[in-house]
Amino acid sequence: MTTGTAAPHTVRLLAGYHALGRRAGLEDHLVQYGAPPATAGAALIQAVEESGLTGRGGGGFPTGRKLRSVAAGRRAAVVVVNAAEGEPASGKDRALLTVAPHLVLDGAVLAAGAVGAREIVVCVHAEPDAGTGKDPQTAVRRDGAATLADTVRRAIAEREAARPAPVPMRVTAVPPRYVASEETALVHWLDAGDARPLFTPPRPFERGVGGRPTLVSNAETYAHIALIARHGPAWFRSCGTPEAPGTALFTVSGVVARPGVVEAPLGTPVGEVLRLAGGPSEPLQAVLAGGYGGTWLPPDLLGLPTTPSAFRAAGLALGPGILVALPERACGVAESARVLAWLAAQTAGQCGPCVHGLPAIAADFAELAACRVSTELYRRLDRRLSVIPGRGACRHPDGAVRFAASALRVFGRHLRVHAHAEGCLLAQWPPVLPIPEEW
Amino acid sequence: MSWRLRVDPIACTAHGLCAELLPEAIDLDEWGYPIIGPVPDRLLPLARRAVADCPTLALLLERDRPR
Repeated sequence: MTTGTAAPHTVRLLAGYHALGRRAGLEDHLVQYGAPPATAGAALIQAVEESGLTGRGGGGFPTGRKLRSVAAGRRAAVVVVNAAEGEPASGKDRALLTVAPHLVLDGAVLAAGAVGAREIVVCVHAEPDAGTGKDPQTAVRRDGAATLADTVRRAIAEREAARPAPVPMRVTAVPPRYVASEETALVHWLDAGDARPLFTPPRPFERGVGGRPTLVSNAETYAHIALIARHGPAWFRSCGTPEAPGTALFTVSGVVARPGVVEAPLGTPVGEVLRLAGGPSEPLQAVLAGGYGGTWLPPDLLGLPTTPSAFRAAGLALGPGILVALPERACGVAESARVLAWLAAQTAGQCGPCVHGLPAIAADFAELAACRVSTELYRRLDRRLSVIPGRGACRHPDGAVRFAASALRVFGRHLRVHAHAEGCLLAQWPPVLPIPEEW
Repeated sequence: MSWRLRVDPIACTAHGLCAELLPEAIDLDEWGYPIIGPVPDRLLPLARRAVADCPTLALLLERDRPR
């Protein structure tokens, strides 16, 4: 993946990469950003609270409040860096850990100091092409390239050689299933080797790994903490909007000139983020925002600012920083049907409404895509979309329903064509939305 | 202080007993899994019975507080 450019003051996490053009070693990192301050716990928590930083994994929960809750636990805490990016259309955490691993690790060490953690665990996805059937912890990629786990381990070794970390750090490769990166699934994986979500409460911040208060945050979130500790909350708020301050990474794919990871202040209009990735390379039909648990945007909403509240006001969900540009020539219904079939297969198999509901919705969408449209089908699908949300242990079924409902809205006009056609002429093109090969 | 019913969806295996015991507040979806509605106070004794009788202990009666 390539990494796009933007005006210098709006590039923070990727500034080192833009300066160097390669992965930053520990020396490079210290030259670019300076040494992390020895900020005392309470002061860092307050700085993060004042910064207004929210989690960059899609949930958007205030990070300062989460730090404070974990710190309030009586037992020694655990810090979990969530880089197990399960979204097929997302590559930002992999990109960040690849080019600036020390920024993420700095943030984890600082957060560990602030919440009184005794251990840091970095969770990455086991590489899909490491599928040798062996232990994912030791599996080697067939192409011989370093896995993300290797990259992070090398960065940890570099730090150990320079100065032993105050808190031990380790890396674990999580099974490559979509819901494995959900925070309770990570806790379950670390405790019992079962990367499936748990029923809540308790949430990890109260009782997580080994029963300890556990801070589970997205890799990018820790990188922002590392910069807030250095430059303070006012600096962090100097870009973005008052309610959604700072920058965020976006993985931009589909029909744009330079697909890849870009960094932009929150509040940057969707179309402007696409422009950072080279802009649309052909006329657009829609843009998928927030990944496969997200929502489709029609082209007339490209001016929408990338903030949770602006999206909410438009009846949409911002979610994690993922944008996929769908060309006019594609069949949005067929694209959505493919994704829904994959999402159904990604169920952890635990909760009835997800186990039965998602395949049912996927089957309904397959009918729509095949131009077998009927009033009865619509009625059934509407009923299913209304009863499934909120009834799983995790939010996976809610996301799939949100995605399906937005497809019905945004591709409504094209669906009317499907209702009167034998087959869809647009479905002849190769699909645009990425689906992992082995599922 | 009001109460609400909640299902542990991992534990629930769609026996459907709860909907039989408390149809006023519990409906089943097309796959047999419960859809929970509000529980008026007058139904609390029946709700407690449904909770106690769930074969997988998946039905919970909780104080209705914003989480």
